[in-house]
Amino acid sequence: MTLTIVLGLLLSLAMVILAVMATRGRRSLGISILSAGLVSLLASVMFLLLAAPDVAMTEAAIGSGLTTFLFFFVLGRVRRGEHD
Amino acid sequence: MIKRLTLILLLLGIGTLFAGLVMTYVPDEALNLTASYYAERTAEDLGAANIVTAIIVTYRGLDTLGEVTVLFLTAAIVGLVLSQTRGQTRGRSQTAEQDQTSLSNEDGSTPTPFNQDQASPTPATASRQLPPTGELLTTGTRLLLPLILLFGAYVFIHGHLTPGGGFQGGAILASAMLLLLLSDPARRFGHRMIAIIESIAGLAFVGIGIVGILLAGGFLDNRILPIGNFGELFSAGAIPIIYTFVGLKVGAEFSSMLVSLSETEEL
Repeated sequence: MTLTIVLGLLLSLAMVILAVMATRGRRSLGISILSAGLVSLLASVMFLLLAAPDVAMTEAAIGSGLTTFLFFFVLGRVRRGEHD
Repeated sequence: MIKRLTLILLLLGIGTLFAGLVMTYVPDEALNLTASYYAERTAEDLGAANIVTAIIVTYRGLDTLGEVTVLFLTAAIVGLVLSQTRGQTRGRSQTAEQDQTSLSNEDGSTPTPFNQDQASPTPATASRQLPPTGELLTTGTRLLLPLILLFGAYVFIHGHLTPGGGFQGGAILASAMLLLLLSDPARRFGHRMIAIIESIAGLAFVGIGIVGILLAGGFLDNRILPIGNFGELFSAGAIPIIYTFVGLKVGAEFSSMLVSLSETEEL
């Protein structure tokens, strides 16, 4: 029980740090997108800890998988458009 | 300065709000009335081992139909917007020339016809050479694609037994499509095939719901088929069938979005 709580606290801390990285990151958009995807991935682990495997699967597949890809895809398009 | 002050005030307000929520939080000792009804009666009434699935597909089946409709609308709108931009880029050279014509003719003189001769569509830039995808990705896709498709099908067929279901399985199917698109960006899929799968799945979903009105207790009642033995694959009445159609529909919708996005390549 305590292990779950400690793990949950660590996860939420990591999520907050990654969320700040995603929104305030000045280095590159790619890193921001990756950290946003990692927030989703950690959120799905959190859902698993909270005994909601159904939600965890959706979050992992859509939140961290498809959305991250979509952002990278659009980023690539925008970059290519810039150089044209 | 005022901006920063409002920001701090906003943060404080949100902080007190959440602090109040956390301080007054008391974990429930027992399930509430609705939850205990679902927990006690699901196995007996519907024969589904996964209570979440029983709620999503049967008890709250109408809401699921609404969700699927929202997803369908999203896919349709994405397809509509992207197909419009596709049409615009195809005729971009022409419209650009025409814009120049209209700009140069703002002083009221008649449009000169020679500009339209120059406006013949330039050869499509679609044949731009993309960098080849790596051997690793190509081989990995060949190996993983059937496995991912199989896993997606497993997830939505076993929705009434294990965690997961139509939405999750559909998303996994779409991720297989995504892998396919990544390994070969120039690949084209038949929109027709995707549309047919989606339409049939949607019609079947609603059809099963209406059969539920006629043969069983109400719309989307799963007891049109025998409940069967608890915990077996072919049990829980129509839930596996409904979830198979939902999975196919969701997979087709996500795939159609991905395919439309990848076809905007001809920029």
